[in-house]
Amino acid sequence: MNKQLILDHADAAVEFNKNEAKVDWHDETLWFVRTKRDRAVAQIPEWEQLREAASQIKNHVLSNMHDLLIQFEENAARNGIKIHWAADGDEHNAIILDIIKQAGANRMVKSKSMLTEECHLNQFLIDKGIEVIDSDLGERIVQMRNEPPSHIVLPAIHLTKAEVGETFHEHLGTEKGATDPQYLTEAARQHLRETFLTRKVALTGVNFAIAETGGFVVCTNEGNADMGAHLADVHIAAMGFEKIIPRAEHLGVFLRLLARSATGQPITTFSSHFHRPRPGQEMHIVIVDNGRSRQLGRPDFRNSLKCIRCAACLNTCPVYRRSGGFSYHSAVAGPIGSILAPNLDMKKNADLPFASTLCGSCSNVCPVKIDIHDQLYKWRQVLMKEGYGPGSKTVAMKAMATVLESPRLYRMAGKVGRGVLRFAPITVENGLNPWYNQREMPEPPSESFHDWYVNNKKA
Amino acid sequence: MKVGLFIPCYIDQFYPNVAIATLKLLEKVGCDVSYPLQQTCCGQPMANSGFEHLTGGCNENFVRNFADFDYVVSPSGSCTLHIKHHLHSTNEEAATGIRSRIYELTEFLTDVLKVTSLDATFPYKVGLHQSCHGQRGLHLAQMSELVVSPPFSKPVQLLNLVNGIELIQLDRRDECCGFGGTFCVTEEAVSVKMGKDRVADHLRHGVNYITGVDVSCLMHMEGILKRANSAVEVKHIAEILTATL
Repeated sequence: MNKQLILDHADAAVEFNKNEAKVDWHDETLWFVRTKRDRAVAQIPEWEQLREAASQIKNHVLSNMHDLLIQFEENAARNGIKIHWAADGDEHNAIILDIIKQAGANRMVKSKSMLTEECHLNQFLIDKGIEVIDSDLGERIVQMRNEPPSHIVLPAIHLTKAEVGETFHEHLGTEKGATDPQYLTEAARQHLRETFLTRKVALTGVNFAIAETGGFVVCTNEGNADMGAHLADVHIAAMGFEKIIPRAEHLGVFLRLLARSATGQPITTFSSHFHRPRPGQEMHIVIVDNGRSRQLGRPDFRNSLKCIRCAACLNTCPVYRRSGGFSYHSAVAGPIGSILAPNLDMKKNADLPFASTLCGSCSNVCPVKIDIHDQLYKWRQVLMKEGYGPGSKTVAMKAMATVLESPRLYRMAGKVGRGVLRFAPITVENGLNPWYNQREMPEPPSESFHDWYVNNKKA
Repeated sequence: MKVGLFIPCYIDQFYPNVAIATLKLLEKVGCDVSYPLQQTCCGQPMANSGFEHLTGGCNENFVRNFADFDYVVSPSGSCTLHIKHHLHSTNEEAATGIRSRIYELTEFLTDVLKVTSLDATFPYKVGLHQSCHGQRGLHLAQMSELVVSPPFSKPVQLLNLVNGIELIQLDRRDECCGFGGTFCVTEEAVSVKMGKDRVADHLRHGVNYITGVDVSCLMHMEGILKRANSAVEVKHIAEILTATL
């Protein structure tokens, strides 16, 4: 990723909102996905029981992480899969580079993995002279544009057909001005076909790792994970350690929830079960911590690790839809990203828990019942207490608290405030007041309710 | 039944008519209502900004004012929710009591008083803004995300008792307006865009008024309506439930 100055969420949102028509399009597009989710959910009378079951299974996982991971490692090893443990992103990247080198390869095909985004694997490998081609169509598009994904399920959702057409014209030689999805997809298909056939190493993500079998499941709509893995001599699967589930039968809960929550489909087109390398193939699983055990140790935030990366919270979030994925300057955007990112770097991500109105829609759509908006509130408390807020805000809040906890000061301030608004509105109604930029101030009454009550009721 | 009237600070200062309507409504349905004169604020402006640790003074003041009532009632879902979740005190027993006895106005009318008739008339097209904290925090109405649960709405149940009113259906019936407390200034761009989009939904359906259970959301949308020189006005639900010709 380029090293240019990272804007905080509010400033990035100002940039995004400079093109209001595009914001409307982005909002409508993602709202459409939300409504598809609603329609899919309406078909399942036991939806809320499914959510509860998933939540309880994941709670069990969080409380038994150590044992389940050991069980998974034993069973996977018995099946001939090599397990690697990575404490952080750097170790994850180094392990993968090592596997690629051992295979004598200098290029790799990779299906969707948000973990590798989190660890910045692509840039690391490119710097080491390894070529990486993302095979998920959306990811391939943003990769050509040298952008990160803006959404964890729909990586190129910030781009219109015309923008994709321009990108393909530049990188794949398609006709200039082409916007026909069929034509553009076919071009990508031909380009990726060649990639699949010539890469010796393929990397996939992991949606679910099953402790009792040592196998794992990868969900895609394009079959690109399968194409990569089945044609390569070496299959590397990268997973955050929270992807573990105890038993194969639990897939019956999670697979029903995942795609309905994500896109409103009953199930992903491909739910591929990998158990062992085929004869002659190598299979590796890299299990990554990268701050997860720290998060597991935070009582208020540990259950963020229940996340199955469906992105329902992004699609429903009125702020995400109107600020775009890049405004979150983190691999995982949206409400879930805003409760995960401060764990990785409090200073860098202190703005994210404030990029929310705490409307609570995210928690309601979450298929594993993470209390996302409550955690946003709690992160705000942690971040301000630890001093990650601007000093001016602390001063202002202390002053506000002093006024509001004193009935006398409160009434005085109210009187002065209303007086200023009534008699000298210019002091408030100017460009320095972020309320007034695009909104009128409320009309100040001559007396407060308190005064009215004293004058009319008390006697 | 002794009811303590909790009027949030910005309603006290900027929307006294909403407080007056709330008082009249509660008296009309037979409550013995008092407004404790030393009340100020629930502390939410600090807490939502990450400074809940500075709200101790507000909490103590709140407890001093409201410990002695059978019920505490407020024309705000958001401030009610804040007290319900976050009120603590050196007198924790009193704080716990208040947390369990505080109600937002419409839920108090439907759930405690079980009001089935109101002598009110408001012959206009009205859009209801479902404020999030009342909606998803206090469960004042069925939430659009919880698709399989049966539909209900406490504010609509009351508005349906008003003569002449015509309630419109929104395209997005419970999307946030973008007020969000200090969010409305710290994230001005998104806040205003959300507000404009909410207002547009109401305007598309030809409303004369936008109503709701939280004046904060209405104040935000009013600011946007006025900037656009719209003839559409906002009214708190208490003003409509007490309206006469």
